[in-house]
Parts: sequence; C-alpha cells; structure tokens
Amino acid sequence: MARDAIRFWRNGQPIEVSGFHPRTTLLDYLRLQERRVGTKEGCAEGDCGACTVALGRIRDGRVQYEPINACILLLGQVDGAEVVTVEDLAQGSDLHPVQSAMVAHHGSQCGFCTPGIVMSLFTLYHQDAERRLSREHVNDVLAGNLCRCTGYRPIVDAALEACAGAPQDTFAQASETTIRGLTELADEQDLFIGNEARFFAAPASEASLATLYAQHPDATLVAGCTDVGLWITKGMAELDRMIWLGRVAGLDRIEDGTDALTIGATVTHAQAYAGLQNIDPDLGELMRRFGSAQVRASGTVGGNIANGSPIGDLAPALIALDATLELRRGESTRNIPLEDFFIAYRKQDRLPGEFVRSIKVPKLKGHEAFRAYKVSKRFDEDISAVMGAFRFALDGRKIVQARIAFGGMAGIPKRASETEAALIGVSLDEPASWGDAMAAVARDYQPLDDHRASAAYRATVARNLVFKALSETASGATRPTRIVGQRETLAAAE
Amino acid sequence: MNEQSKVGAAFVSSLREGSAPEGAEALRHVRKPLPHDSGPKHVQGVAQYIDDIREPEGTLHIAIGQAPKARGRLVSLDVSAVRKTPGVVAVLTIADIPGKNDVSPAFGDDPLFVDSEISFRGQAVFAVVATSRDIARRAVKHAVMEIESEAPSVTVEDALARGETVLPDYSYGRGDVDAVVAAAPHRLQGQFRVGGQEHFYLEGQVAFAIPGEDGDIHVYSSTQHPTEVQHVVARVLDIPDAYVTCETRRMGGGFGGKESQATQWAVTAALAARVTGRPCKIRLDRDDDFILTGKRHDFRCDWRVGFDVEGRIQGYGVDLLARCGYSADLSAGVVDRAMFHADNAYWMPAVHVASKRVKTNTVSNTAFRGFGGPQGMLAIEHVMDQIAWATGQDPLDVRYANFYRPGENVTPYGMEVEETDTLLNLVRTLEETSGYRERRKEIAAFNASSPIMKRGLSLTPVKFGISFTLTHMNQAGALVHVYQDGSVHLNHGGTEMGQGLYIKVAQVVAEEFGIAMERVRITATTTAKVPNTSPTAASSGSDLNGMAAKVAAGAIKKRMIAYAAEAYNVPEAQIEFRDDRVFIGNQSIPFDELVKKCILARVPMSEAGHYKTPKITWDRAKGTGRPFFYFAYGAACSEVIVDTLTGENRVLRTDILHDVGRSLNPAIDIGQIEGGFVQGMGWLTTEELVFSKEGHLLTHAPSTYKIPVASDVPSDFRVALYPNTNREETIYRSKAVGEPPIMLANSVFCALADAIHALDPSKPVLLHAPATPEAILRACEALRGRSMG
Repeated sequence: MARDAIRFWRNGQPIEVSGFHPRTTLLDYLRLQERRVGTKEGCAEGDCGACTVALGRIRDGRVQYEPINACILLLGQVDGAEVVTVEDLAQGSDLHPVQSAMVAHHGSQCGFCTPGIVMSLFTLYHQDAERRLSREHVNDVLAGNLCRCTGYRPIVDAALEACAGAPQDTFAQASETTIRGLTELADEQDLFIGNEARFFAAPASEASLATLYAQHPDATLVAGCTDVGLWITKGMAELDRMIWLGRVAGLDRIEDGTDALTIGATVTHAQAYAGLQNIDPDLGELMRRFGSAQVRASGTVGGNIANGSPIGDLAPALIALDATLELRRGESTRNIPLEDFFIAYRKQDRLPGEFVRSIKVPKLKGHEAFRAYKVSKRFDEDISAVMGAFRFALDGRKIVQARIAFGGMAGIPKRASETEAALIGVSLDEPASWGDAMAAVARDYQPLDDHRASAAYRATVARNLVFKALSETASGATRPTRIVGQRETLAAAE
Repeated sequence: MNEQSKVGAAFVSSLREGSAPEGAEALRHVRKPLPHDSGPKHVQGVAQYIDDIREPEGTLHIAIGQAPKARGRLVSLDVSAVRKTPGVVAVLTIADIPGKNDVSPAFGDDPLFVDSEISFRGQAVFAVVATSRDIARRAVKHAVMEIESEAPSVTVEDALARGETVLPDYSYGRGDVDAVVAAAPHRLQGQFRVGGQEHFYLEGQVAFAIPGEDGDIHVYSSTQHPTEVQHVVARVLDIPDAYVTCETRRMGGGFGGKESQATQWAVTAALAARVTGRPCKIRLDRDDDFILTGKRHDFRCDWRVGFDVEGRIQGYGVDLLARCGYSADLSAGVVDRAMFHADNAYWMPAVHVASKRVKTNTVSNTAFRGFGGPQGMLAIEHVMDQIAWATGQDPLDVRYANFYRPGENVTPYGMEVEETDTLLNLVRTLEETSGYRERRKEIAAFNASSPIMKRGLSLTPVKFGISFTLTHMNQAGALVHVYQDGSVHLNHGGTEMGQGLYIKVAQVVAEEFGIAMERVRITATTTAKVPNTSPTAASSGSDLNGMAAKVAAGAIKKRMIAYAAEAYNVPEAQIEFRDDRVFIGNQSIPFDELVKKCILARVPMSEAGHYKTPKITWDRAKGTGRPFFYFAYGAACSEVIVDTLTGENRVLRTDILHDVGRSLNPAIDIGQIEGGFVQGMGWLTTEELVFSKEGHLLTHAPSTYKIPVASDVPSDFRVALYPNTNREETIYRSKAVGEPPIMLANSVFCALADAIHALDPSKPVLLHAPATPEAILRACEALRGRSMG
C-alpha cells in the first residue's frame, strides 16, 4: 500500500501534507500555505537564490544541510528531509551567528536577497568542520545568490567570521533529535498522492518505478527538478502526472571502480563532484562551475543527460571520455554510448517509458591526457557559450588518438570528427603542425548566433581551444593559459 | 591574524579614518558607522516587502496580457476565453479606464493599455484579474489578438533611417570645434558604443491596491516616487489626488528602475481594485519584469578630438545618440545628464556636445543609477585612452594633462568647477597608494613574457554633478512628531531602497534632539504625510530629506528651547540637548520630561520641514547656468587579466578613493561605493542586453543576463573615503554618494582595453561596452590583423 502524504521534519516536528497539486513548489507552499514569507521569489528559475532554504538529510550518520532553490523544487521532493527556512534561525531576539555577522558587517542593503544569503551561509556554517575556509570557497557557496546592492564584500567577510569554528547553533545541539526524527520518517513505501489523472508519485524501488512508468509513459520524470521546475514556473506547463526519482533505492549509487566511475541516475552534481574530480581536475573545475551550490545540491548528472540540453555543460566532457548510458524500460535494460543518445535538438534516443539508470565514465589511462574548457560570459553560475573537451592518447610526444566533443557548437553535444582525424600523428613539440587541426574545427560545426554568443565568436573560440588544449598538453602547465582552474592547485595539494 | 581578518580589519580602520572628525565635533550619531536600520529584520526574513503584506480576504491577483509584436496595429482583441477561465474575476482593457489612458511621467506618451498602436513587444494590451496569481498568469494565454505588424526599429541605425525620435535634438558648447580639431596638431575620431543595463533589483515590480470608501484608494507600491504614483493613479481613475494615498516602506532595490516605471503596475492594481471593489495585487514575474520595464539607455557616441603633442585636448565634439525606446519617459533628463558628463573632469577649450533621442520599438528606457552620466563619461575616458595610444603616453598622464585647473575650469555648459584641487589631490593620492607606477612596470614585464595572458591597468577619475537638473525637483519635505514619552515619529518624502536613507535621516534627527537612536521611530514613506515630493533619485536622498528633517526637528527644538528659557528663566544660549537630557543653565532634565512640560504648556510638538537646494540655476535654451549645487569626486585603479584566446577576464585588484565630503555614515557610504562599483563593473563587462531583429529581448532572466556574482569582485579590493569637507552647506557637510561610484568601474573597462593593447602597442584598441568575452576577443583578433566577423 502506497503512502498518500509526504512527511518532513520542520522545527523539531514531523509534518504531513497531502492533497496538493503535483506541481506545487516548495516556495508556494511556504509563502501561500504556511504563510511564512521570509523566503522570497526573485526569479522563479533557480538563478538568483532569493528563495534559498536548507534541506537537512542524513548522510554518513549525521545531518547534512544543503541549499535548495525553493522556487523550482517540488513540494513532494522534501519528503523525508528537514526543511529549514530563514525564520527558523533566530531564537527569540538572539540572532543566529550567521545573522549577527551579516548585520555587523553591513551585509544587507535592500535586504531582499538577504534571507537566501543567510540560508546559503547557514549551510556553510554546518559544513564539515575540517573544511578550509577561504574566500574562494565562500564565493563558491554564494555563486547562486545574486545581490545587486552590496558588491558582496561585506557578505563574504560576514561568512568568514561566522563560519570559522565548529557549528554550535540550536541545529547542531538538536542533531540527535533530528537524526531520530528523520530516521523515523524514512520508509521503503512507495509514495503516491492523487489519482490516475493527476498525481505526484515517488516510488521507493526500481521495480515500482519501472511498473509505474510503464503504466504512465507520458508522466514527467523528475530527478532534481532544476529544469522541469522552469517548465512549471515559466512555461506554465500543466504537468499533471509527476514521478519523482529521488526515493528510488539504488539509483543514487556511485560505484568507483578501477577502470570506470558509474554514476546512478539520481546522484546529484554535489555527490558526483569528488569522483569526477578524481578522474581529472578539469572535470572537477567543470563541476565547481556547474550551476550553483543550490543547483548542484538538487540537480542530477542523470537528469542533465536525460533531458538532452543542447549545451549540457557536462555532456561534451563525458562524450570525450567515451561514457556509456544504461537505460531501463519495464524489465529490459540496454547500454548505449552517450554520444549516440543525443539525436537532434532536444531529441534523445529514449523510448516511451524508458529511463536512465546510470552513466559509466571510463577513467583515463596512463598515456591519455584530458582537457576541458567552459567558456561563458561569467565564470560562475553561467551556461557555456562554448564547451570543449579533449582526450588525447599519446605515444611519447605524438598523438595517436583524439576524442573531442564540443557543446554550444551544434543542436546537440557533438564529436569533432574532422579535428580528431587531423590530429592523428601530430607532434606536441611542433606547434607549426597544429594548424590543420585548428582549421578542421570550422568544418566540424556550423555554430549558431544567439544571446550567449555569435557564430563567429564560437568558431574562433573553438579553434583557439584546440590550440590551448595542445599547448597545455605539450607543456603540462596551465598557468600561462588559464584564468581559472584547479590543475596546479590540486597537484600542489598532493 | 589570517588573511580574511586582515581584510576585515583594514575595512574597520578605513571606517575610522573616514569618520574621524577634523575639528572638535561632538557628534553622537552623525558620522557613526551604524548598521542599516532594517539589518536585523532583513537577516531574519521579517522585513516586510509588498508581497509579504498579509492579504485581506478576497484579494485578487493580476497578470498582464502582452503584445506579441514589436510594431503594428491592434486590429482586434478577443478576451472572451480569458473571461470564461475559472477563477478569472475581470479582464481589464482600455474600455475600463475612467480617466486618461496615460501612465507617463511627463510627456503623455505611455498608455496603460494599447489603444491601437503597438510600440514594443510585450506592451500591455489588457490585464487579467483572478483569484490566484497562477490562474491569472495561465488565463492570459487564452486571449486572441489580431495584429497588422510591420518591421520594427530596433537599433539606433533603424531609428535614424526612419528619422524617428522621442524628443527634439539638443546641443550646446563653445567655440568652433570642427575648425579647432581641423587645425590641431593631432586628430582622432571614432564611433563608440555603450550598452544598456537591466536594473535587476532583486524584488521585482509589485503593487497592492486596497479600495476604501468614497472612491478612496490606498496603494502600496514598490516605487522611488510615491507622489508620481499618487498623481497618475488619480489621473487614470479620474479622481482627485487627495483620494489616493501611496505608501512605500521599502523596496527590494530600485536603482532608478522604480522611479517612473513602478507607476504602471500601481495604476493597474488601482484600476483593478476600482473595477472589482476588492484588494488587488500585481507582482511581475521576473521575465515579464525584464520585458515590460525600461533599462539604462544604450548609446552610440560619435566623437572627434583635436589635441597637442602632449595629448592636451584643444577641441572635442561628441554626438550622443541615445536609444530611448518607444516613448520619452525620463529621456529628456537622462540624455541631458549624459551631456553634462561628456567632459568628465577634463578642460576642453572648444567643445560641442550634441544629443539625439532616437525612438525604437523597444521598451522605453529609463533612469538607472547615474542617469546617463556614466554613458557620457565612459565616452571621454575611451577618448583619453585613444589619445594616449596615439601619443605613446601613459593614459594616466594624458588624464593629468587634461584635468580642470584654475583658470581652465569652466564646463561646456558654463558652470565653473570651483573645487579643482580636490580631484587632482585625490587622484595623486590614489596613484601613490595603489602603486600605479611600479605596477605599470611589473605588468609590462609580465606581458613581455606572456603571449596568451595579458594584464592591464587603468586609473580613471569621476566628477559627478549633484542636483536634479530640473531645478524645481530639488526640494523635499519631512514630518516630525514628538510624543509625550519622548519618542519621535519621523517621516519624510524620501524612499528606502536599501541605500540607507532612513538610517541617515534618523541619525540627523536623533542628533538634533540629542537623543538615543532608539527613540526615533522611522516610518514608511506616504503621500498622506509628506506631499508633492520628488523621486528618491539623483543621489539626492540624504541631501534633501536630511535637511528637511533637520529643519522640522530644529523648529520643534527651537520651540522647546523658547519654552524652557521662559519657564526656567535661563538664556536660550544656555540650553543644550544631549545624552537624552536637556541642559538648562546649571540643571538638566530628561528629554521626555521637557516634552511633557511643553505639551502641558500647549507648545506644538509637530512640524513639517521643507528644504530647497540653494544656488542652482539652469537655462536649458541657452545651455548655460549652474545646474549642480556641487560635484562629487572619486577615482579607481583596476588591474585585470585577459585570456586573449577566449576573451575571458578577471579583475585582480581595485583600489578606490572616493569623496563623500564628511560622511553622515561611513559604513553606509562604503556600502554604496562598493556596491556601485560592482554594479558598474557588471554593466561594463558581463551584462549584455540582446534584442532580436524582431525586437524581442532575448536576455530576459538571470539565466541569460549575467550580473556580477561574489567571485567577480576583485579578490584584492581596497576602498577608502577621501578626507574632505563639502564646501557647500549640505547636511553635516556630507556629499551625495548614490550614483557617483557606478563610474568608478570605468577603470575596469579601460584596464581591459589596456590589456588588449599589450598585444600590439602600435595599434589602438576598439573595444565597445559591455566588454564581454566576445567583445574582448573581437578586439584582440583585430589587433592580430584578423576579423572575427
């Protein structure tokens, strides 16, 4: 028997909610139902962070708080979690350490982004005590919180002061109670709210999911809802039948094998970060710049692939690494190379009722070099104008095989086959011989003009990235060729 | 001490420096770095914005039906399917307007709803009023519009081809510029483009109207100009001004975007309330807010300059072509202010400043922090760099050579620059403290050994005129009540949008009465308390309202002194207000005790204060006068790094020295300076507005329009207040601070050009604003002798 209400933890109490429309967002629930209006709507598309709240879940035996954009999170997705909003932090007239630091450092002006910023900093406050607090890390935590007044400097100062020590707030004190509460909420029951015509469902097992989706192949599958959320708030899509994957046991698994990293369909970007970073620092940097902390905490690698964004900041890198996709429909499963999954603009090789189970990313071999570049208007929380990923197999200083994929250069993330061919046999020590490959990119793609960049810019950047990838592979260093990145930083840390 | 706390400590010490009184000034509140009055409320989420007001039962919600084409004629509108949607209570069209179909600030050219002519894509055609916001937004889509469309004017060039403008051309100057330029030892000319900017206030446009009795209406509006909202609501509803009250407690950001353009939404809510008899609220979705409200004007600047071998300007001519959008809105003043700043800080013996306000089928551009000044100023900074590249000089030396100086200190509009030493000393100090000359050498060495990554450096000045250029707007009112318990009710015509106006004015009033800040109750701006106000704009908020409040409090205090002098038989000169007490000769009594005595003695304890700025005159027809009470100054030095293969870039360090006179509140002022700089940096780098050929705005949300995030702020950011006193009698000798810091970001733009210049110092750089990675790469490729299309 399926459960017909969601249950979450709030202010030390379990809350049960049922009978809501499947597309109800957490933000609308907070503002219109609870009538707690501290959490603001700034953009309704998960980009400004004014609606940031914290969700607490048990990870590694303790409560981990993650920032979430409430504007594009479905209410149903908080099932099993603790929901913390800006109103919950102060105890009477005693401000939370993050709040008092914000006041003392003049961290608010108009104040509209402030609740979201306070909540992002609340999650920072509760991060691993061993973390090394740096301005750069605080900037990463705040990348998804736009402030138009302060210029951020006082906010970062407040964060550095408030989050310097071990967490001692009431949430830290109540953690045992919270763990008990969250543990009691966890069950292995399927969740189904509504009826055949209109429902929010969250199956607890892969078998239930396969059955339910086979019955309702036109239902909308939701993993993190960082894209589907916009169909609701901006596209005003009806979306009467929603299946959330977040409770399906096993889909959240990461298998770190010797030759490959296998990422389950519901693994969030935040969870996949470390594994991908271990494959190559450029993948780590790509993940660091993927959306924002809020987007990485709810968005999933599988969802990013499955919805087939033409940009897909991650897909070109995974194609260059020759990743494969495992799909399941009913009882049958199949594996396909990721590059074959993308057919045309927003069209994927996915059958009705079929869902992504996992993505398998091969690790680099000793003679292989990898480079990935995301070129965007703004470094953080932006989508690439051009995304280029390169994997070279080397024999000494000679390229024997090249696997290159670009995003933003066509309707889908796509291989640069002419460029790859032109690189075979090229020597890293003879830059004069790179010209053919650089010219070949122009034959691989006919990029578009749009609001992110012109076709001419994209073509020029793609050509220059070929040069950059070759120079860096030749010299081993990125300092003279990059403004941001973590190759040297990580190497130095080791 | 770790690196972070060093930064914090440096900040605190800079506050102390900035607040250090020069003379013996016994001030208790003024000049103190008090936090924003709403700070504790902001951080707890209990500061109330309009959408947070608890809705009365039966409140309705509004969504706007928008024109799908940018130019044409509305042949028919069928809203029957909209009306039939469950939950829809009313559909408002032009037929529902009792008064004038006009929400414009001045020129009568902004209809509430399209009559027949469609002027831009997104223009309001009708409004849906429904029981929920979600229902209203979905119902909008059911309307059927028949439109005869034609090709829109989108660019300046489109408008020039059609010869369409929103207002007449205007120019002024002195001498025969063309002859002077022709005869000059060196001549340059060019065309320079400066992009627009979306305000991106975090709280979008919102208004809430509640109908009262006898046709009264109370409108809560997120506006910088409650008086205009009041007047326009009355105009559209055809009721007397006195029947309308507009109230604004706070805005979640304004930046000029809520000066004239909050009005339409307040009027829509008021009309809906009138038609339905129920409370009605409108809150624009962010995408709609982008599409339906105006932005900073983008400009094409056609310039020519003649100069001597040392780079000293002999003649400068500039035609400022501003893309105004479909209507005049505030373009008269905006473009005038661009003209007033075409000289920035530089003496021009012969000069001609001309402007054209072109009409395009795009949303009507409007006020944005700086109000045209930044665009005019950036053009001359671009020209300074061009002169430096042509003469092979350091760009800073070219700037020095051209600064206003005694005897060469009259602006192109005939106003004397009285404070020529302030800017010169300020820039010299910054040159020193930023290590400009040494870093110039280091950067040259770095660039010589780095073929791909190039660094650039620039130090640019800001001189910004303070006052509304429409003289009559330079007035303000305040209302102060003192109650029997010694608490004070403070109200004034200025609005709070985050800039800290309320706390600054409260500091002034508490100072005046010698009482604790806690006694002063700050209250929401409302037209029912202080009438006929100017918008909170032109950086004038504390100058005007601070003075008006001081006048009001001073008048009450004067009556209290007169009473005490008589009651205690002590000369008035021996009565002093401080430490929450009143010292009367040799004795003292608590402030509230004297208040009680005054009330018993029937002394009026309430006062409306009024202030008007002295000295200013402006004869627009003749193009001469003193439009500004004074100038605010500042300078910034920025260092950047550019990836010349992609155009990606980063600001590595920025040093700022800024003149706020003697600060009312140094913490608030530092906040304005840093925030203004970062906002200006966004305008000149990542913030790009892209319109399609059909006139559709393609960058209409934060996913596609990129304002700075935390990591874009220079990691080495050193901001200091320049010790100065306003030579004019302003409120506690402070200077306005709202807008001038925007233009400190010119240093970032010029540093980016400087970095590109390192690719080939023999060539000039043509970099337009915003300097997106694409614009930068295009300029790089041009220096490499390649075209990027």
